[in-house]
Amino acid sequence: MDFDRIKEKLNILADAAKYDVSCSSSGSKRTNTKKGLGDSSGMGICHSYTQDGRCVSLLKILLTNHCIFDCAYCVTRKSNDIKRAAFKVQEVVDLTISFYRRNYIEGLFLSSGIFKSPDHTMERLISVAKKLRLEENFNGYIHLKSIPGASDELMREAGLYADRLSVNIEIPTKSGLKLLAPDKKHEDFMKPMEKVKNEIIQYKAESKLIKSTPKYAPAGQSTQMIVGATGESDRDIMYSSAFFYKNYNMKRVYYSGYVPISTDPRLPAIGTQVPMLRENRLYQTDWLMRFYGFDIRELLNDQNMHLDMEIDPKLSWALRNRHLFPMDVNRIEKQQLLRVPGIGLKSANKIVQARKFRKLNWEHLQKIGISTNRAKYFITCDSREKELRDLSSEHLKQLILKTSHSKFRTDLSPQLSLF
Amino acid sequence: MTGTVLKYDGSFQGFLTCIFTGYEQKLQVVEIVPAGEDQQQLFSETQIIIADEQKALRVLKGLKAKVSTNTMTRINWAFLSEAPGIEMKLYNMISYIFSTKEKVDTDYSHPSVLYISNIAKQVGREKHRMEAFVRFRLTKDDIYFAIIEPDFNVLPIILKHFKSRYADQKWLIYDIKRKIGLYYDLYKTEYVSMELPEDIGISGGNPEYFEAGEIYFQKLWKEYFDSTNIKSRVNMRLHVQHVPKRYWKYLSEKSPFA
Repeated sequence: MDFDRIKEKLNILADAAKYDVSCSSSGSKRTNTKKGLGDSSGMGICHSYTQDGRCVSLLKILLTNHCIFDCAYCVTRKSNDIKRAAFKVQEVVDLTISFYRRNYIEGLFLSSGIFKSPDHTMERLISVAKKLRLEENFNGYIHLKSIPGASDELMREAGLYADRLSVNIEIPTKSGLKLLAPDKKHEDFMKPMEKVKNEIIQYKAESKLIKSTPKYAPAGQSTQMIVGATGESDRDIMYSSAFFYKNYNMKRVYYSGYVPISTDPRLPAIGTQVPMLRENRLYQTDWLMRFYGFDIRELLNDQNMHLDMEIDPKLSWALRNRHLFPMDVNRIEKQQLLRVPGIGLKSANKIVQARKFRKLNWEHLQKIGISTNRAKYFITCDSREKELRDLSSEHLKQLILKTSHSKFRTDLSPQLSLF
Repeated sequence: MTGTVLKYDGSFQGFLTCIFTGYEQKLQVVEIVPAGEDQQQLFSETQIIIADEQKALRVLKGLKAKVSTNTMTRINWAFLSEAPGIEMKLYNMISYIFSTKEKVDTDYSHPSVLYISNIAKQVGREKHRMEAFVRFRLTKDDIYFAIIEPDFNVLPIILKHFKSRYADQKWLIYDIKRKIGLYYDLYKTEYVSMELPEDIGISGGNPEYFEAGEIYFQKLWKEYFDSTNIKSRVNMRLHVQHVPKRYWKYLSEKSPFA
């Protein structure tokens, strides 16, 4: 192995792949068979964290950063004057195995610039995964990018070796896509997604009848949207996200605050703050939608096009719906508990378990770990002291803001620096 | 009636035997300590407990009938925390469990149940961190070797993870704090104790012990780690929250050798 050459390629091709935020390695059911290498049946593991606080779980690289497309938001766009490189298939295989054996990674996340044609590129990605599975008996996690415009046959083959497949939609609205990526068609993104969705459904149905049916993309599909590159509202973003969850059975939709990398006048200028707080609020909304039983229309609608940056979306919803509160924690259903600001999934479970034995008071609730500084205005429990003063929602919001401090330092969130 | 201090050998089996003895002799147990540790109780008798498999199994059987498998795991993990006084906390929780007819192992409003649940969570976190931060280095005799220094005694509970993952390579994980290692020879795992040379280091690839390419892979990994960082998003507070500084020493990407 020529280490210096590999090192240079790694530098270029990892740097170019880093804007893909997904690094999850969970949700697969691939166990180690026949004393092979690796196992991805457990929970995902972050083997390290970058200085920006993101999890490093997979070896995330591009096969090449040569690309025939010229999408304005992308760092590997054709017109960008940067160093180009390409890995050989065997090099990626060797690097993955060597890193995996040293417990650096959970597996491989392979993406690529599009060279020659979508099919040609997809074929090369598949050949890496195929080699890892068949020649190296590798059972670690493999995430492959579905190349927009790749044929159905290739997408079917990809799912047989990969744990997860993803197409990044990148721009949440059709008009934005037309503006920034004129060579790409919306349908090109949807086609591989549709194909993979149907294959997953079909393989699942078959495996119920025939036990030996091979696994097809057991960790499902995901996608990513860039936030803050075009002028879309939070409502636009979350409605398209809800659409993908519902219609394509997405495992995850990722939101990636746009990192300015270009002087293109259509995009935010270099040096503009990455909208990290907004990104965080979008993820909170995503969680409320998937795990807390909220309908997206409750959180964002025509009256509320944007999320409140100062407070989390659940609190914001609760302040708009004061007539539903206070709720009695010792009586309400779990679904209702989850709607109380300051009570999360874990504390809701603990409350439901613990209240079988005795009525809970503030002390119990605090020890269980709910965030009383928000919850106390919305619940009653087995205590005399109550915090249910007759305050307007706006007043209450200010009171909560005053008694809590955001985990976002002021320099990360310009929106907060006013206060 | 004066209280009794039980001294045991520090093993889980020994601890379970203490519980058995406490019930059998209707003792008022005030403290349970591993042998070698000084007791702090003044007006009490001391009884030495010898681990007994049959007695331990009877306690386990009794417990299993009253608690979920999750709670069994929690009890086991909390014990591995080696926290001072953990034995008494467990004793209190187990007494509470045996004292009622109902299943009370999820009564999080009871102080010892909540305490055990929280400390088990800490041990679980340490287990997960070790599974993440162990960095193997390939030695000249073809063994993937790693040094750890965990807060809690997690070797027994990370065994399964590494065994099912690295079934086709020989590996050795050595806990330098407790001076015991776990070795897998392609067929089975066993605990080993050994003397490590001073200059073996926690990372780096001293050619006296390690295979020639080893150092290059550490350098490639560091290269990858540095390239994947997005400078305009740096958030060191979050970084340190995820990778507390006491773990940095294991991580070759965070060490200055390269």
